[in-house]
Amino acid sequence: MKPAPFDYVPAESVEEALDVLEQTGGEARILAGGQSLLPMLNMRLARPQIVIDVMRIAALKKVEETGGALIIRAAVRQVEIERWPNLAKDQPLLAAALACVGHAQTRSRGTLCGSIAHADPSAELPLVLVARGGSVHLRSRKAKRKVAAEDFFTGMMTTDRREDELIEAITFPPNVPATGYAFREVARRHGDFAIVACAAIADTKSARLAIGGVAERPVVRAMPLPGSSALDDALNEFAWSLEARDDLHASARYRRELVRRIGKSTLEEAVRCRA
Amino acid sequence: MPRMSGSRRHAVAFTLNGRAVEGEVEPRMLLTDFLRHVIGATGTHVGCEHGVCGACTVQVDGEPSRACLMLAVQAGGADIRTVEGLAPAPGRLSILQESFRTHFGLQCGFCTPGILMSLDALFAHTPNASEQQIREQLSGHLCRCTGYTPIMRAALAAGEQLRRESAHA
Repeated sequence: MKPAPFDYVPAESVEEALDVLEQTGGEARILAGGQSLLPMLNMRLARPQIVIDVMRIAALKKVEETGGALIIRAAVRQVEIERWPNLAKDQPLLAAALACVGHAQTRSRGTLCGSIAHADPSAELPLVLVARGGSVHLRSRKAKRKVAAEDFFTGMMTTDRREDELIEAITFPPNVPATGYAFREVARRHGDFAIVACAAIADTKSARLAIGGVAERPVVRAMPLPGSSALDDALNEFAWSLEARDDLHASARYRRELVRRIGKSTLEEAVRCRA
Repeated sequence: MPRMSGSRRHAVAFTLNGRAVEGEVEPRMLLTDFLRHVIGATGTHVGCEHGVCGACTVQVDGEPSRACLMLAVQAGGADIRTVEGLAPAPGRLSILQESFRTHFGLQCGFCTPGILMSLDALFAHTPNASEQQIREQLSGHLCRCTGYTPIMRAALAAGEQLRRESAHA
């Protein structure tokens, strides 16, 4: 339960971090808040040769609000966004989900970009980024690119990030007026990884539901509005399409049932929250 | 750019309970092990070593944090508080500690240092913390002895007394 040896690089600029990444690529891991990477190091599920700490880089500590969109850079901790003024009003889905990310004792150090990079299929932040149609800003020595969240997560703890790329920031798009947002999850203990997590977005004409904890990555789908006779069939079809599997925490059948029931109640709550 | 070799020891210095401390560590050394084995501050306990049980919770720059999910080299320059820093004087307990004693908020005491540091941070940020907020904060800790009820009792009573004392201050 102790990490294997690694070299440690406390990078002082993005350029420094990118230089090391380019030289060492697959041998290196980026360390931000460490709340996902440290358990992996401790259990030796990850044995990088080099750990690049990006938390001392001033340029990565910024949060920008542009036209209602929230751009959060790599060294911004979850607790900073939790305490962000008007978060519940401006980013209601993020605010609701953030309260379920780990515990206060991990949100104090964990970053949002770190959770996106880790890409655990049960994690709340990837789910919300996908549900909101957010994006991931990647940068290497040679190029910058922006990837839609839905395309970024490619499988269980795997993403579209290349070995020489750093997640510089993520963007949550502006809150849409007359739209309701809701987040619900079922976990063994509040703060644990979700068995099933649901994020719903509804306006007067359409609804979307994103599900985490079941498939290998968060999945978002258009859904009929609650009240429509087509909703139950659509939820059932969605539940089966996620190819749930049995594990220690829940059976596949139980997960499908949660998608149908919690999915529905989350959609109903989103409709009630339309402002 | 400094690259700290994994096979060598490197100097780390930070403030621990108001006192400057330093030591030499390999980059892979966890803050828990640095506190316990290098500094000799064994009040911080080590349980699961992957961030789940909460026994190793300390305060880093005022925020409750898992010391097992932090490298000692990450702590350079930080202000760290551990359970050793809670008592106002030798032989005297803090209000929170005394309340745990009065209300039997511990049995074996293994989880207690972490819980105390979490609750101390909560009351510092949120003096009027509600029962729900206390429960929320405690959800980051496992205790296998008490069933949590006496911990809740101790925390609620401590919160009340802290508010009374600050009103008279």
